[in-house]
Amino acid sequence: MRVNFTVNGRKQEADDVWEGESLLYVLRERMGLPGSKNACEQGECGSCTVRLDGVPVCSCLVAAGQAEGREIVTVEGLADYARHRDDSHPGAGCAAGTCGTSLDQAQRWQARPTDGQSADVAELSPIQQAFIDAGAVQCGFCTPGLLVAADELLETQPSPSDQDIREALSGNLCRCTGYEKILDAVRLAAARQEEAVR
Amino acid sequence: MDFLRPASWEEALAAKAEHPTAVPIAGGTDVMVEINFDHRRPEHLMDLNRIGELSEWQVGPETVRLGASVPYSAVMEHLRAELPGLALASHTVASPQIRNRGGVGGNLGTASPAGDAHPALLAAGAEVEAASVRGTRMIPIDDFYTGVKRNALAPDELIRAVHIRKADGPQQYSKVGTRNAMVIAVCAFGLALHPETRTVRTGIGSAAPTPVRAKAAEEFLNAALEEGGFWESGKIITPSVAKQFAQLAAGACNPIDDVRGTAAYRRHAVGIMARRTLGWTWEQYRGAGRTLEGAA
Amino acid sequence: MTLHPRAASVPAGTPTKITQGSETRGGIGESTLRPDGTLKVTGEFAYSSDMWHEDMLWGHTLRSTVAHAEIRSIDIGEAVATPGVYAVLTYDDLPAEMKNYGLEIQDTPVLAHGKVRHHGEPVALVAADHPETARRAAARIRIDYAELPVITDEASATAPDAVLVHEGRTDHHIGHVAHPNIVHRQPIVRGDADAAAERADVIVTGDYVFGMQDQAFLGPESGLAVPSEDGGVELYVATQWLHSDLRQIAPVLGLPEDKVRMTLSGVGGAFGGREDLSMQIHACLLALRTGKPVKMVYNRFESFFGHVHRHPAKLHYEHGATKDGKLTHMKCRIVLDGGAYASASPAVVGNASSLAVGPYVVEDVDIEAIALYSNNPPCGAMRGFGAVQACFAYEAQMDKLAAALDMDPVELRQLNAMEQGTLLPTGQRVDSPAPVAELLRRVKARPLPPEQQWLSADADGSSVDVRALPGGLSNTTHGEGVVRGVGYAVGLKNVGFSEGFDDYSTARVRMEVINGEPVATVHTAMAEVGQGGVTVHAQIARTELGVNQVTIHPADTQVGSAGSTSASRQTYVTGGAVKNSCEAVREQVLEIGRRRFGTYHPAWATAELLLEGGKVVTDGGEVLASLADVLEDEAVDVELEWRHRPTEAFDLRTGQGNGHVQYSFAAHRAVVEVDTELGLVKVIELACAQDVGKALNPLSVVGQIQGGTTQGLGVAVMEEIIVDPKTAKVRNPSFTDYLIPTILDTPAIPVDVLELADDHAPYGLRGVGEAPTLSSTPAVLAAIRNATGLELNRTPVRPEHITGT
Repeated sequence: MRVNFTVNGRKQEADDVWEGESLLYVLRERMGLPGSKNACEQGECGSCTVRLDGVPVCSCLVAAGQAEGREIVTVEGLADYARHRDDSHPGAGCAAGTCGTSLDQAQRWQARPTDGQSADVAELSPIQQAFIDAGAVQCGFCTPGLLVAADELLETQPSPSDQDIREALSGNLCRCTGYEKILDAVRLAAARQEEAVR
Repeated sequence: MDFLRPASWEEALAAKAEHPTAVPIAGGTDVMVEINFDHRRPEHLMDLNRIGELSEWQVGPETVRLGASVPYSAVMEHLRAELPGLALASHTVASPQIRNRGGVGGNLGTASPAGDAHPALLAAGAEVEAASVRGTRMIPIDDFYTGVKRNALAPDELIRAVHIRKADGPQQYSKVGTRNAMVIAVCAFGLALHPETRTVRTGIGSAAPTPVRAKAAEEFLNAALEEGGFWESGKIITPSVAKQFAQLAAGACNPIDDVRGTAAYRRHAVGIMARRTLGWTWEQYRGAGRTLEGAA
Repeated sequence: MTLHPRAASVPAGTPTKITQGSETRGGIGESTLRPDGTLKVTGEFAYSSDMWHEDMLWGHTLRSTVAHAEIRSIDIGEAVATPGVYAVLTYDDLPAEMKNYGLEIQDTPVLAHGKVRHHGEPVALVAADHPETARRAAARIRIDYAELPVITDEASATAPDAVLVHEGRTDHHIGHVAHPNIVHRQPIVRGDADAAAERADVIVTGDYVFGMQDQAFLGPESGLAVPSEDGGVELYVATQWLHSDLRQIAPVLGLPEDKVRMTLSGVGGAFGGREDLSMQIHACLLALRTGKPVKMVYNRFESFFGHVHRHPAKLHYEHGATKDGKLTHMKCRIVLDGGAYASASPAVVGNASSLAVGPYVVEDVDIEAIALYSNNPPCGAMRGFGAVQACFAYEAQMDKLAAALDMDPVELRQLNAMEQGTLLPTGQRVDSPAPVAELLRRVKARPLPPEQQWLSADADGSSVDVRALPGGLSNTTHGEGVVRGVGYAVGLKNVGFSEGFDDYSTARVRMEVINGEPVATVHTAMAEVGQGGVTVHAQIARTELGVNQVTIHPADTQVGSAGSTSASRQTYVTGGAVKNSCEAVREQVLEIGRRRFGTYHPAWATAELLLEGGKVVTDGGEVLASLADVLEDEAVDVELEWRHRPTEAFDLRTGQGNGHVQYSFAAHRAVVEVDTELGLVKVIELACAQDVGKALNPLSVVGQIQGGTTQGLGVAVMEEIIVDPKTAKVRNPSFTDYLIPTILDTPAIPVDVLELADDHAPYGLRGVGEAPTLSSTPAVLAAIRNATGLELNRTPVRPEHITGT
């Protein structure tokens, strides 16, 4: 079947979709957006969390056909989404093929020379920057889903308590960090957000 | 596999009549797991997300008519006053992401004994609005669960809504899981006080082949409260009454041993939850209760 | 707000001399940021499951549905005929003489041959144009199994009429085991435990059970194999040790190693579970057969069958002490279930036995550890590796002994704590700091977290926040039945590969001038699995070479082996290799400088020269030249191997030998609240103190400790793969029923880092990753025992154990 939807502000069309495919599969394998992760495919880990018409959901449990006509934001479009948070039309984020990693790109991939002091790309949302700064990223497989969930938390609740953070992120499993630095990252993003408002 | 996308309720009923084995999918939180793990390959998947009315609810004088696809998060947010037991139960469902998608209709359709909504529905009192091209019927919740993952729906029927009695007194819900969040029930217990009729109703989850009420416990407690004049006096329920109620609730279980827990534990835990939820609801009824921050 | 909560402790030791670094930012000791951080937060980091190739096929594995059976026949006819299917492979299609693989013993068939030995063993492979096509085709393969009796424990394994899991064993352990269903046995005997027992005023014994834990890394096994024009194959995969994979893959493919080119893809966690092969050979076989790129991605269900687990164990311990608390002797017997294939079982036995005594001084010991072959799921490496199971038991024993002596459990431990100079049961002397008593002192000295934190500070003070209570959101208690408990534990873990293994790593370091600025490139085969090795390598290069800009080259097999990302060894061994290669680069750079500029300044010949801030400077601080001027167009490129001090095998009869190179110590204090009526546990705080020798990156060190602590918490209260004892089938292969801690299950984890240098190690560092996983579990168990008064001799603790139902 064919499915049309909007991903990160850009209209997309997927053809020859098998009816049993999940939105996650379509994003990863057909749209070139592998940022949403396939850790459990049973809604128990949150690694595939995306915004579906603004609502955080596990994209592994959305049938591809259910996404017809809907708006989706993935981690690849998160920075852009955060910038346009108050706009009714999020700006064009990543198009198919521009945000994913082709084999060719992956073969040529190397970490850019870094000085270890600062992230060298400025185009990050506050929560993305906070995750880097607070040491909340280890293997990083849970990170995209956590970022989408945490970004939504701070959108609806700018100054969450620790228990609020824990509850909001209780659907996102992390196996590396023990969650302490993830809490630090959300606290940090909230504090920076508050400072920016002042 | 075919993907059906009815745009209206009538189209959905027609499609279900034409393809009785079609599997309805709304939140997808059960169906997609089965598809992803290759446990199920239905000939037809029928998406109900396009039917807006299924995500709506109406608060009437006696009942709340809850659309089958109203997500648990909406119940938690908007219906705490009318449906406190179901709101508490909704809060125990899986994770925020799942609560944003899953709804009571799916819980009823799957009819797993571990479904989180069932004990709250049993305790509150509810009717399931089932429809087909042949017409609409109301199925009392007590008659809805017919076996392990089986329900009273005919093959051509779909759940449109569930009509739940608005709370006329305190309601509570507890669920045991071996994790502090995102966990399937080892067992669960719902309790609703109905001061208007001077009755209590209960619901037990995951401790029998189907969700069940602890009827003997209800009858015992109804009688004890009546005889002791508790409804009028609002005095503290005596420990012996609470203990007997808990024992009868445990006795209503017919559990099994499985990877999530033993039968003996389930029976034991249902008794503890029965005693505690009785204590909490009665405290609330007496007007001196604690509120539950973060609990719904 | 404290961004980077650094260790509160002041280093009490003497860090190894650091020759450079003061003027170069981002060197060792700083919490520099991950070089892969930006890619990971934007979703651009390419994990092994993200790989994609035009025209690629999807590979699928058909696995056994029974644990132990003869395969009478396999019919692939219908599967092959399925439209969209490109290949269906079984054992008969294997191209080379070599048809098995294995880390130490090549006992694991690439595809089952005539027999399956565990539930979920790979039997056939399918390549198709869509994963669903492959699944449907696999479902059409007909396998006729004739089931055999299952071996599930020591009794069934060693019964006189026991079926042999592996017939005709020829491995080098068969000569010293009592039964062919025992993989390996390691006794360790020192002194005379029976005689010493006579001196004991108190003797305590216990039988302990440790459940089967899963690594549960979030990134499932996956990768992409691309056939190349020369008949070889390129493999992009998530692994812990590229070269070990290569050694096992190439022979089965019938290819020389240089025709199997491996590149590390992004790794979504490992924790030991990627030390063994999973889909590597399968994807290569399908790619070579079809001539097309083949991607394989396990789902979570398959992942539970796709890697080995932590050995479940049964442990019997006896400790004696004099009435003043001095240990007289220890006897123990540890039975590890290795499952159907050997994997890392022999080394796990070596660890379990040689570390069985824990961080205590006991002169008279009688230790035996064995690993079984059974039809249970294969078990192998997982964080803590044999030491975890032992620690759970000996720490329970210490509490039991303290109770019997009416002593404080921490004091008893401190009284018997090992220290530098202690002789281990293996006869090896501990030759670096061993601050066991100090670590315990630190966790004990911390103030306890406030009681009843579930009571919110409302005006009336009566609100209940269930998120802070046992049961959490499930609303099971508002304080009823809740009892607090406090428990302590400390552990002993070896760092690096032991028992005479040639444990080396290789680093290639290049220095050149790009756009006028000196840049170092570090190329190793180290598997970055999340631990932050890439961060540390860049820090080492900055410190040693005085550059700011460092490039980390992707890990591949075009450079020598880095050894495994396991055994807490990578910062030590590959970090050591990077340091060593940097030093060689530095010497060459200085040599170029002397050649070019030596005549202009006498200091080139006479002073000790350093590289700092992109310049060559004297130890007196005088700048001699910029690196840009020294190097101009020249590049210095060095690839060197580096190895730690050699170790020895343990004597097979007595267990004597200098088997280990370094130790790592952590102590925990757990504070729990237990709903004693429902048996539910909430861990309130899990404080850790650990000696890390030298924290090369304090932020990463604390992250490792908190992560390891949480995995230990998981196996204390929820994590267990449940295997049906009658069928040997796995009953809970999913994240619905194999539970790992959520953020609501994980408490505050304050970390106190000590830095007592090990003078034998680079920068004085000590491996960090595993030690916190050891002591976390017994500390939580001790706290639950403290709250409930129950004995609780198995982990994980389930509600039915606490409630006695």
